Amino acid sequence: MRLKTPVLRTLMGTAALVALCAGTAQAEDTIKIGVLATLEGPFAAGGQDSMRGADLALKLHNGMAGGKKIEFIKGSSDASPDKAVNATRKLVEQDKVDIMIGPLSGDEGIAVKNYSKTQPNITFINGSSGAQATTLVDPSPNFFRFHTEGAQWMVGLGEHALSKGYKKVFLVAEDYGFPYSQVQGFMAGYCKAGGHVVKKAWVPLGTKDYSSVISTIPGDVDALVVVLGGADAVNFLTQYEQVGGDKPMVGGTITVDQTVLNFKGKRRESLLGTPSAGPMADSIDTPEWKKFVSDYKANFKDGFPSPSLFAFLYYLSTEATLEGLDAVKGDLSGGQKAYREALQKLVLHGPAGDIKIDENRNGIGDTYITEVVKKPDGEFYNQVVKVTHNVTETLGLSKEEFTKMGLGSREVPSCP
Amino acid sequence: MSAAQWRRAMNSGAGRYALRTATPAAAAPLPAVEAPRVGPAISAALGKIRLRHVIVLAAVIVYPLVVSPFFTFQIGGQSLALGLIALSLTFLGGYGGMVSLAQMSVAGLAGYMVAILGTSIDPISLHWPWWLAVAFAILIATGFATFVGWLSVRTEGIYTIMITLAIGVAFYYLTLQNYSLFAGHRGFNQVNAPDVLGVNLRDPLPFYYLSLACALGGYFFVQYIIRAPFGIALQGVRDNPRRMRALGFHVTAHRVAAYSVAGVLASVGGVLMIWYNNQISPESTGLGRMIDILVIAVLGGMRHPIGAFAGAIVFVLVQNFAIDLIARERFNLVIGCVFLAIVLFSPDGLLGLWAQLRARLAAFGAQAKFRSGG
Repeated sequence: MRLKTPVLRTLMGTAALVALCAGTAQAEDTIKIGVLATLEGPFAAGGQDSMRGADLALKLHNGMAGGKKIEFIKGSSDASPDKAVNATRKLVEQDKVDIMIGPLSGDEGIAVKNYSKTQPNITFINGSSGAQATTLVDPSPNFFRFHTEGAQWMVGLGEHALSKGYKKVFLVAEDYGFPYSQVQGFMAGYCKAGGHVVKKAWVPLGTKDYSSVISTIPGDVDALVVVLGGADAVNFLTQYEQVGGDKPMVGGTITVDQTVLNFKGKRRESLLGTPSAGPMADSIDTPEWKKFVSDYKANFKDGFPSPSLFAFLYYLSTEATLEGLDAVKGDLSGGQKAYREALQKLVLHGPAGDIKIDENRNGIGDTYITEVVKKPDGEFYNQVVKVTHNVTETLGLSKEEFTKMGLGSREVPSCP
Repeated sequence: MSAAQWRRAMNSGAGRYALRTATPAAAAPLPAVEAPRVGPAISAALGKIRLRHVIVLAAVIVYPLVVSPFFTFQIGGQSLALGLIALSLTFLGGYGGMVSLAQMSVAGLAGYMVAILGTSIDPISLHWPWWLAVAFAILIATGFATFVGWLSVRTEGIYTIMITLAIGVAFYYLTLQNYSLFAGHRGFNQVNAPDVLGVNLRDPLPFYYLSLACALGGYFFVQYIIRAPFGIALQGVRDNPRRMRALGFHVTAHRVAAYSVAGVLASVGGVLMIWYNNQISPESTGLGRMIDILVIAVLGGMRHPIGAFAGAIVFVLVQNFAIDLIARERFNLVIGCVFLAIVLFSPDGLLGLWAQLRARLAAFGAQAKFRSGG
């Protein structure tokens, strides 16, 4: 027992010193903003890129917003909700940030939203977490999401698939929240326009062996809807090709990414024409997007060849945070009431279109439908074929239809 | 084994001979050795209280009154809850010689049962009154711990680690893929701590004192049981199971019982953790967390129950503040280096470091006395 006192004292002293150091930077004209991303665990590379997106937004504002200096305090999580809440709690209660940007992953977002209800004087702005439940189920009045979520990212793809003649499809997707939302976004339009999802195969995240799934694919479907992460998608494609399958594919937002486009199998040519959808695409042709990509490349020599989805979403969220501060000239008094009103009214001119927020503080924006196309040098890339504007959380359905359908899950929606 | 059996063992054949030779004055046949009565046992225990015990107890009681709510809740409360789970591992590993990586799974199961039987935002929850849910959670998790013990009891050393690791990872995948009972990847959200007598148990101060009460209870319980016949026999089983078996002790039953005792400690820790987090998901019981508990137990030192709590405090502090000391991409390096340094310089963890320091100070003091005295 004698151990505890001296060791404890030293530890407490060190911790107090650290806390003091973290606290002394506070000056009257500095606003502290906490930025949380997954710098550990499965999404660590995505988390790194998301920090680049946030830093880029701050750089383009010259480190100031609303006439005050902005200081970022970074936090890390590992895609698990409890670590995300611990990191958020430290930033809010220990480092005393005024505004919180984050988290990155869907389940973390729900936990941080629940935490935000206990801190009514701090404004929480979502990083990139895309679960529908964050803003549709028990929303928090001080939690804002300045981008569209997983289901909104697939709006329009259903009708596009039908226009390609895919009347009956087989679905394979990972068994957790983000694919549920993606599938709902796809099927909301697809089922309404008369398509049929004959069978759904839900696989655990990280599945390596798809033989049991592939053996249940009916012979008479027109296409496969594959909503798997990039690495899982490559596994699935390889095994599907080995079995001799030859059906075309419709991909989810994170399915047809660089890992899949670099697929070197025999059926590589069959990837051409694969439609997909998302809030952005590498090949958007507008000057705003081109400027965003060149700014990203100029500022981050160690970054990816093109900004990833995480960098884009964190850039949007940080940009909204800073523009809101500009609108109220840095005034965060009165429980940040004026700031939140400014955020509610803000129209964000993002690199991939305009974004506003709805009454649940969720983003309304554009969704890009893409198809895989071959460049002259033989490389594949995603070409934008259609843009749907003003996609709301009700996914193009009326409010009553959407409420009746409910949130995406394994069974919802269903149209065999 | 019961006190009566122990008495009989001490009084029969070899036991009586050993006692007689140890106390040569007692030439006459010895009276039956009585199991310690409660009164003398308590006064014996009270006699062992030193100033350092009083200081530390006062410090932990006064601690939340002098630090911020963040330090009370996130540092203090979390350390105590994690320390309790690590204590179950220290008890099993240090006194039972069985390093079980499944302690976090036991704690996780207790947490999941609180969520399933109690209230949460998920439709699976049964909304039983909180005290009933907690009682059943601890019961079910202890049953699971007994099952883990029964599976791993005939293994030794690294094989125990492997089999408990396998059980723990299997449990993680069960909670990840089962949606009818364990709500899969999304877990249970808004598992709120109850309001008792108008006080919400998740507010920083009440939660800290609740965790402190549980931690002190666990600590004193382990202190008592390692001196009781069961604990002594367990340490004998750790040191030489063949001899214990030859002496007539049921080695397997002792080990399984040790797992159950550790299971109770871990379940209480698990209930505290789910109230701390307000939610539970498969990652809470995954491989990372299982290793964290092992790191905490080894960091603090497995020779004494206080090691678990010392390790938990260091662990929580480093995890929370490493990112302030070093760039955001490298802070895990700090965490790894701190652990590496402590274990490198003292295989017995913090307690080993402390013992070395005391020995050195004592030697220094003796030398000084020798030189100054005669």
